[in-house]
Amino acid sequence: MAAALNNKEISAVELTNQHYEQINAVDKDVHAFLYLDKEGALLQAKEVDKKRAAGERLSPLAGVPLALKDVMTQKDVPTTCGSKILENWRPPYDSTVVTKLKDAGVIILGKTNMDEFAMGSSTENSAFGPTHNPWDLTRIPGGSGGGSSASLAAFEAPLAIGTDTGGSIRQPAAVTGTVGVKPTYGGVSRYGLVAFSSSLDQAGPCARTVLDAALLHQVIAGFDPKDSTSINQAVPDVVAATKKLDIKGMKIGVVKQLAGEGYQKGVENKFNEAIAELVKLGAEIIELSCPNFEYALAAYYLIAPSECSSNLARFDSIRFGLRVGDDKVKSAEEVMNLTRQAGFGREVKRRIILGTYALSSGYYDAYYGSAQKVRTLIKQDFDNAFAKCDVLVSPTAPTTAFKIGEKSNDPLAMYLNDIATIPVNMAGIGGMSLPCGLAEEDNLPVGFQIMSPAMKDDRMYLVGGALEAALLSKWGKPILDFAPKLVGSK
Amino acid sequence: MSLNYDSALEIYEPTLGLEVHVELNTNSKMFCGCATEFGAQPNTQTCPVCLGLPGSLPVVNKRAIESTILIGLALNCSIAPFSRFARKNYFYPDMPKNFQTSQYDEPICVNGSLDVEIETDEGNKVFKVEIERVHMEEDTGKSLHVGGSTGRIHGADYSLLDYNRAGIPLVEIVTKIVPNTGKYAPLVARGYVAALRDILRSLKVSDVKMEQGSLRCDVNLSLSKKGSGVLGTRSETKNVNSLRSVERAVTGEIVRQANRLQSGEKVVQETRHFLEESGQTRPGRSKEQAEDYRYFPEPDLVPVAPDGKWIEELRKSLPEKPAERRKRLQQAWAVPDKEMRAMVNAELLDTVEQTVLLGADPTRARSWWLGEISRIANERSVLPTDLITVSDVAQIIELITKGELTDKLARQVVEGVIAKEGTPSQVIAKRSLKVVSDDSQLMKAIAEAIAAAPETAQKVRDGNIPAAGALIGAVMKLTGGQADAARVRQLLLKHLGQ
Repeated sequence: MAAALNNKEISAVELTNQHYEQINAVDKDVHAFLYLDKEGALLQAKEVDKKRAAGERLSPLAGVPLALKDVMTQKDVPTTCGSKILENWRPPYDSTVVTKLKDAGVIILGKTNMDEFAMGSSTENSAFGPTHNPWDLTRIPGGSGGGSSASLAAFEAPLAIGTDTGGSIRQPAAVTGTVGVKPTYGGVSRYGLVAFSSSLDQAGPCARTVLDAALLHQVIAGFDPKDSTSINQAVPDVVAATKKLDIKGMKIGVVKQLAGEGYQKGVENKFNEAIAELVKLGAEIIELSCPNFEYALAAYYLIAPSECSSNLARFDSIRFGLRVGDDKVKSAEEVMNLTRQAGFGREVKRRIILGTYALSSGYYDAYYGSAQKVRTLIKQDFDNAFAKCDVLVSPTAPTTAFKIGEKSNDPLAMYLNDIATIPVNMAGIGGMSLPCGLAEEDNLPVGFQIMSPAMKDDRMYLVGGALEAALLSKWGKPILDFAPKLVGSK
Repeated sequence: MSLNYDSALEIYEPTLGLEVHVELNTNSKMFCGCATEFGAQPNTQTCPVCLGLPGSLPVVNKRAIESTILIGLALNCSIAPFSRFARKNYFYPDMPKNFQTSQYDEPICVNGSLDVEIETDEGNKVFKVEIERVHMEEDTGKSLHVGGSTGRIHGADYSLLDYNRAGIPLVEIVTKIVPNTGKYAPLVARGYVAALRDILRSLKVSDVKMEQGSLRCDVNLSLSKKGSGVLGTRSETKNVNSLRSVERAVTGEIVRQANRLQSGEKVVQETRHFLEESGQTRPGRSKEQAEDYRYFPEPDLVPVAPDGKWIEELRKSLPEKPAERRKRLQQAWAVPDKEMRAMVNAELLDTVEQTVLLGADPTRARSWWLGEISRIANERSVLPTDLITVSDVAQIIELITKGELTDKLARQVVEGVIAKEGTPSQVIAKRSLKVVSDDSQLMKAIAEAIAAAPETAQKVRDGNIPAAGALIGAVMKLTGGQADAARVRQLLLKHLGQ
């Protein structure tokens, strides 16, 4: 697409309009988008076309459209985080990611659906209705970034931004047959990312190919003085790594704990077939043990709710967002209570309560304190593993996309879907999911996860790029070409 | 029978604890680039960060860390090689994020002390006040409750919020408990805040204006029965806003608590508010059920780990301690205690020192600044230094010392400079204020004075020297006050054969 733009075979305006046509045709079924900024996008596209016509040097992605997860602030464009409490809130500032996208000439089509405040694995927790998986509209597109990944699978956008706190980029990528990358924590600025769990949140690229993801990664990554936790180091050259396609002699570790019980047969089969491809490419496979991973989920569900209980305290009706019950008689405290009661959904309330409890005096050491210790142990597991291999791999999610409604009344079953993705967030390292085939039981995509050490993101792109090329030649066509055609799709 | 202050202290021993909040005078806020100027239009000094808008993130102000380390060093604290911010979670409308970013269990400075010298009937006494910690935090916004009778949130019709103050860097300085101050507790509390204020001012890290709230004091006080050794329940009187009020708040709380205890009631652990008019306190919110702030390390900030070399540089840059400086100047200028205190209380020590450094005589410098100039400044409710510059005063004093101006003439020069008539020499020229140093002119006046009062002159001739006073006065009058009285006296007595 970038090449076609560059060769002036198509203009940015035309490309943008084509994507809006596709959105108009299919989004009533998919519901990937919460808001379309057609006016803003076309203005941006015109600007890019003008610059290109004037012969200006443009970034490789200039003119390429993108879908933005609705958790990222974009100046004057509604940012809801999938919550009633922020309905109609228009932020007065751009997130750093959006600033970088705009600077690169990337066209922001609109804001995508998500689980409320990124809490969920199915996008069913959105206050504005669920997103449907383009592979099977009765199934979930993963979460929390289901809207972003579904928009890619439905060809509504070629690129998307997601955020990943426990797998919210990678698990949706896995169940929609797309690529999703959670960069190293601190690799991409969090300024303007509405926080769910500050020490775990990380924005990253979503795309249909590893190379597209790499190009987008290069645009959004880098040190930001506005984010104290961002890393002041050069961004690894992930584009060059993706293009290398040579993994001969690389040591790839398979994590013993991320397989077996709870993993769907077809998921394991496709994962093993991909491993066989890696062997064919000359990689050395090592089986490794990360014994503390079994505590990751429990620790995650203490740390993330604890931080969210504090992060979400600011949604109080005073300065922005929803206000309920302000009848000039009720006190500020009553209005705050009523607003939060009406504005937050069940899962968000569940986690706020959980986190408030875990941080309470007398419980702090047992809960938050212990969870932080587990985090250190998980980091040690990764350190030990990376001493023996270059990257680690596992299935991204234990199952393919499940049915909408199937797990919505069973939070624990829902939480288990993130069992393979959470350790990466706990350790702050990088993780990628790319499609590795269709499970034989249900013909739905399976995700292959590659994990690389902190600030060595290029390694997962190297392995991902090589594996993708091998699988593509095996399948003869991109995996999304196997998906059923959506009604009205162009 | 109710106890008064003296009888209360016969039975009870007070224990103090002081928490002082200082607004730093950094140009920008603690975690964002917004300005910190006092008195700007409401909500004009705000941004997504200090308004706590979704997605915004804090970045620590390096200057604030530097100021805090300087304060810690000046208070003999150790500086932690590694300290962290934490979130103190509670809901309040003027707190944008509904948590305050503060330091909790890992403060930047710990274990210091400050010597507090107070005057007593038994002479000066020094109390060593131990400092537990000095830590950084951010200020909240300001609520203005409109309507209702009390100006408090309860009963108000509506409230206005100004977030200009939200995020202004605050340093909190907390003492350990201060025991065994007995009847001097109010003076020690006042003396501590005064000494602390002097140190902060010498470090130039804060405006330390108590009336503007850039220095606020919370007074903790408890009583224990003498000899029991058991600490009582404390009350915390919040935001006491002047040195005098600190002293009065302690006195008031001693009497209030003693009377409660004496009548068999308990002291409730609570925050109280100081009432300027009565010197009493009234209860605020009860702390019986200690609020649970759910502290946890601030995940949006990295730990503060100041470089050892930097700390040493800051240590070297510390100014002379105010107490030491005072002793040095007092000795050098040979000033009696009382005069020294007057100078310090009038906050004119710096000004007098600057005047002396320009060559003025210390005693004259002191009396001009504290006397005539302060008097006029008081009348006009301005600061003495707003009226006249240090160098003008130094120049005038020099002319007095040289005998070119009398005190009386000098007063007119000062008056002229204050009236913006020009520099001292311009005023002298315009008003022709030169001392008459021409002896023949003086002799003419003397002859005239003697002719007008021959009987008095005769008395002087007969040896009644004090009678000359009236004649000298007459000469001064005749010369329009521009004569040097000493010279007149000399010439007059000689002329009359004495």
